[in-house]
Amino acid sequence: MMPPAEHVHWLFATGFLALGLFLLAEAIVGTEVWQKRPWRSYLWPSTMFLLGLFMWPVMVFFTSSTLHMIAHGAWAEWMMLAGAAELGLARGKLKSPLWRLAIFGAFVVTGIAFLAHEQNPWLFQRSAFLHHLLGWTFLVAAPFPLGRALRPRMAVFATGFALTFVVVAVMLYADRDLAPIFGRLSPVAGVPHR
Amino acid sequence: MSTELASEVTTTTRSLARVYVLSGLGPATALAGVLWAIVQPYRLTLLHPHGQGFWWLAVEPPLLVILVGVLFHLLVVPGLVEDLEAAERP
Repeated sequence: MMPPAEHVHWLFATGFLALGLFLLAEAIVGTEVWQKRPWRSYLWPSTMFLLGLFMWPVMVFFTSSTLHMIAHGAWAEWMMLAGAAELGLARGKLKSPLWRLAIFGAFVVTGIAFLAHEQNPWLFQRSAFLHHLLGWTFLVAAPFPLGRALRPRMAVFATGFALTFVVVAVMLYADRDLAPIFGRLSPVAGVPHR
Repeated sequence: MSTELASEVTTTTRSLARVYVLSGLGPATALAGVLWAIVQPYRLTLLHPHGQGFWWLAVEPPLLVILVGVLFHLLVVPGLVEDLEAAERP
């Protein structure tokens, strides 16, 4: 009854795509208009929090080594922390805009965790390539949430932040359990099942 | 053209552009899902459902992309466009 790992990646991709669209819409209309209806303020932080929550069963059931477990656990914690911090800001329980730095921390931790837990080289197979690419994407894109926290009115940070989630969603949708990358597949990776 | 009028025209144009971009996000996402399904039909197990397990039938990436685009367009965009127009009304 357990879903294959690639399906889990695709489900998370769907969550990230939704996140990207919410944030892109907020970047287009501006935070003031976005927050005119209270439920919209909670939309992306609660999606982020839920994604963090769902990362726990992934950590428990889908990790095959201590390194994998630590990486997925760190994601779960930081995604929940970032979602909770943004929820606190939206509700008004948290006052300091510096709480927005939690999502910057989540980006950095995610990037490092992706790079640390992928033991195979880039062109070993597609999932190895995507894990490296995802790790570097999060690290390179980390200035967007940082800028968003320190300079919330600059549209470039809000837009870059939103588009990062869309790009991450595309990468996660491209993930397969066992598939070639640019026509290459390591002979020790196994045989693609479909 | 007076400065005041020119500024009003610029604001209206910017507001219209925002509404168009906003209204296009959901359909563009759904269209991306449709194009993906056409380019890689094997990602749609509904087209060859015989012998497929639950997860292969429940989680079909192109359909998920279309679903996100449609739900976003139907549930989020209408209220947002309404609020944007109300905020930019003089």
